Parts: sequence; C-alpha cells; structure tokens
Amino acid sequence: MGEIELLKGKAKEIRKNIIKMLGEAGSGHPGGSLSAADIVTVLYYHELRLDPGRPDWPDRDRFVLSKGHAAPVLYAALAGRGFFPEAELMTLRKLDSRLQGHPDMRKVPGVEMSTGSLGQGLSAANGMALAGRLDKRNYRVYALLGDGELDEGMVWEAAMASAHYKLDNLTAFVDHNGLQIDGPITEVMSPEPVSDKWRAFGWHVLDIDGHDIKQIIDALDEAKTVKGKPTMIVAKTVKGKGVSFMENQVGWHGVAPKPGEVEKALAELDAD
Amino acid sequence: MSKKIATREAYGEALQQLGRENPDVVALDADLAKSTKTFDFGKIFPERFFDMGVAEQNMLGTAAGLATAGKIPFCSSFAVFASGRAFEQVRNSVAYSALNVKIGASHAGITVGEDGGSHQSVEDIALMRVLPNMTVFVPADAVETAGAVRAAAAINGPVYIRLGRAGVPVLHGADFQFAPGKAVVLREGLDATIIATGIMVAAALEAADYLAVKGIKAGVLDIHTIKPLDIEAITKVARETGALVTAEEHSIIGGLGGAVAEALAENCPVPMKRVGIMDKFGVSGTPDELLEKYGLTPGSIAKAVEEVVTKKR
Repeated sequence: MGEIELLKGKAKEIRKNIIKMLGEAGSGHPGGSLSAADIVTVLYYHELRLDPGRPDWPDRDRFVLSKGHAAPVLYAALAGRGFFPEAELMTLRKLDSRLQGHPDMRKVPGVEMSTGSLGQGLSAANGMALAGRLDKRNYRVYALLGDGELDEGMVWEAAMASAHYKLDNLTAFVDHNGLQIDGPITEVMSPEPVSDKWRAFGWHVLDIDGHDIKQIIDALDEAKTVKGKPTMIVAKTVKGKGVSFMENQVGWHGVAPKPGEVEKALAELDAD
Repeated sequence: MSKKIATREAYGEALQQLGRENPDVVALDADLAKSTKTFDFGKIFPERFFDMGVAEQNMLGTAAGLATAGKIPFCSSFAVFASGRAFEQVRNSVAYSALNVKIGASHAGITVGEDGGSHQSVEDIALMRVLPNMTVFVPADAVETAGAVRAAAAINGPVYIRLGRAGVPVLHGADFQFAPGKAVVLREGLDATIIATGIMVAAALEAADYLAVKGIKAGVLDIHTIKPLDIEAITKVARETGALVTAEEHSIIGGLGGAVAEALAENCPVPMKRVGIMDKFGVSGTPDELLEKYGLTPGSIAKAVEEVVTKKR
C-alpha cells in the first residue's frame, strides 16, 4: 500500500474517533473537526517532525490549532501518534479530563498552544517561528485557521506581522469549509476573496482541495521551498466531510451526534 | 527632595540590564518604543526587539508564542492598551496557560496628562488582578521599578508592571531589596495607616508628615505588589492602628482600595476610606492639575485619615 492509501486509512480512523468521542461527550463540534481531518492527518502522520515520547523536544515542529473548537481532530491525531492513550479520548469534555472542550497546552502532551478564543493562534505561531529563528533551530511552525475565524481582526494583525518578519518557517492553512455558526460565511460576514487577501498581505498562497491527500502533501512540500515569505494553503473543504448527513449542514457546527447517529456515521465511514 | 525619575525611564534601563544578563529576554512594543522606553533595548539588541506596530492584541499573542519556546518576552505599550485593548489576549493566550510573558505598561493613570481620558488608564489594576496566574506590580519609584523588572524575569509566569509617565521622587536607597508580595513599612503608625501604591506612596509620606504636625501618627505601608497581596501586613496594620486609608492613582473600584477592602472584610474589619479616582474617566490637563482635580494629593489623603480616625471605636 502506498503512503497516500495509508494516510487515507489514518484519516478515516481519525474521523471515526471524532464521531465516537463527540457521541460520548454529548457536546462539541463535529463539522469543523471533520473538515480538517485530512489536513491534520497529513500533518501528524507525514509532515511534522515529532517525538511523542518527548513532547517538549526543543527541535520539534509545532502545530497550532487556531480554530480550537476542532479539538477532537487534534486529540484524535495526538492519541493516534501516542502522545496519550487512545482510551482517554472517551473522556472528552468530562470533569477532570485532560481533554478540555478546547485544547489546553498545560494539560495535554503535544498541544502546543491553548486555543479556543478565535483569532489568536496565528500570533502564537508567529512567536514560535520568531523564537526558532532567534535560536537558530530549524523546526517549522504550522497553524490551522477556520474561515469563519478570519472575521477576527487580530488574524490580520498577525498576517501582516508574519509577512513583515518574513517567516518562511511558517506554513498555515485556512480550513475553507464555507460555513460558520450563523450560516454560510458569505452571508454572515464574507471573508472573500480569501486567497487574494492573504496574497495582498504578502503571503505565498496556494489553493488546494483540502480533502486530497496528495495535494496537501505537495502544498506542504512547496511551502518549504519558499524563501522570505510565509505560506498560506487555502484548503477548500466540506464541513462535516465523510458523514453524509453532516456534510455542508450548518446545524452540525456545534452539536454532537446522538447514539443512533453515531452508529450511522461510523457505518458510513467504514463503508467508504 | 532628590531628582525625580519616571518609572518608565527606570523600566527602560532595567530592561537593558536584564538583556545583557539573559539572552532569552526579548522585548516587544506596539509603536510606542520611545515613550515606553524600550527603544534603547532595541538599539542594543536589535535581533531581540520586535516592533509589532499599532497592534497590541497581536503583540500579546506573539509574546505567548515566544514564551512557549523559552523566551522571556517583555511587552510594552500604554497601560490602557496593554491591559484593555489586549485584555482577552492576556487572558486566553497568556494567563490561561500561565505563560512566561511580562507586560510593562507605561503611562498608567491620570498623570499621562494632556493626552486626556482616552489614554489615562484608571482600570488596569482591576483588569489584571482579576486574572488567575497573574502577578501585578505597581512600583512607587525608580528603585522599586528596577527590582520589579528583575523579579518579573525571575517569576515563571505572567507579570504586569504598571509604570508612569511623569517623574516621581526616589524613595528608596540603592540597598533596597524588592521582595515580591511583601509590603514595605515606610513609617510605623499609631492612629491610622495609609496603604498606598505607585506614585501615591510619595504623597502618602507627605500626608503622614502633615498629620504628624497635627498630632495624628499615621503609618505608611507601601504596596508594590497588588497581587499576590500581602494580606498579613495589611491585617497587622489594621489591628495595630485600627483605621486605614488607601491611596492609588486608579479607580477606587477594583484596584488597591478594592483589594484591601476585600482583605479587611474577611480578616480584620476596621474603618477605612479609599482615596483614588471616584468612578470617573480622566480629562486633559497637566499631571499636577489633574492630581489636584481628582483629589490625589497629600492633602486629600490627610483629610481622609482625619475622617477615618473619628470613626474608630
């Protein structure tokens, strides 16, 4: 089996774990976790230089999940890579669990930044990239933003700074699934044209299909060749991807599947 | 009285010294480096200085990222922007994860002067002290400022240092040891104690001198650390002198006066009065005019002491 097939298998496992842990939690955000699943899979199973046994290894690559409500996709990837036991996923959002509703770097090994309040992750990623440059370490920094999150003004403060400081050790994604809580992004508060905005802010911009593993890998490879600029990969995605009744449904932004829906979703993912 | 030095000046110098001693110290500013006095740090250590432009929220978020990688970032801006504009970044990106970020907030209080109320932070102590994991220093002079900067660097966690624009008298000798969280007894009292912070410490000493002439023996307790508050020292002077007056260049709500009232109510309730800004925004004027207008003078403190002493049982 080639690497791409392997990664597709991993993405499926991650999606199944997202559904299971949200079903168990009874609350949380399936739509944006599923839309980001392929990107996060490629990052954790192909791209990031990590050592799960040493989460504080100074030369590790860093990933900041700026859209922190997609915590389930990050937790599933971290558990899959062995940062903590997979059984712990079922404690999501429960009292005294390390797996808070939004990622807490003080609780979960492998979480690089506490996020959840939208718009703040890219700034933190900039700080990590600046520190890497100061310390002459060759780690890379990755960030994943939501497209609804682009409404936050702070994102654009950070966008300006990444380019100003020529952070070519930084690669970011926009999970461009087109929906935010109150409806389609173009109706609520349009960030379009997304790619042109990042380009105008001085970024190297790539447009890809965020569910095409090969395109994700190729974009990450290209980003590493870009000098003097950060790279933004605008990934067109489908909110709820992989579960037919969740796909492109605004209602599945922040509602957990009920037991029957969990079964149906898992059956669909298995059949795929 | 000796030459006056603004605490922001002392901050700039202490930061340079710290930069020489510790290569992990970095400084960030939001287009106010010449005012907050981080400019010289930037000239000496250009690779460790980041001007973030007029973008305080991004400054705090970037500092959080730098801290995760072992840097000790000092962020500076005017207090109104560092604590207010970037409040939620301080809360969620810095304090929530107890990241090692320092905030050197200058131009606090009404002594900003002519820039007016939009730039005069009268609420920053309240905003910062309510955050879990946050340490809050309000130095009274250049010596305390140097100590606060050094202490901030030694603390592994977020620290807010409140600094002023205007020159203030130097109260301490060079041998003064800044101990975080420890109030400084500047004068022993008998009839009442003035608990003061920041630039009001000098005013409290003047008030105590004036009261002594009138036969009232007022102690002066200098609170350079608002959080953690030295409840033990406050309870002690409350018990010993039986009446307290707080003095701060900040709203009477939520700052030193609020913190002391909370501590007293639980530990040793005694008559108390708060001297500070009476739930108002500031206006343009010279620092001295404004201190007079808002009642932040030795005379106002003395009057409050005289009133509170009459309420003693």
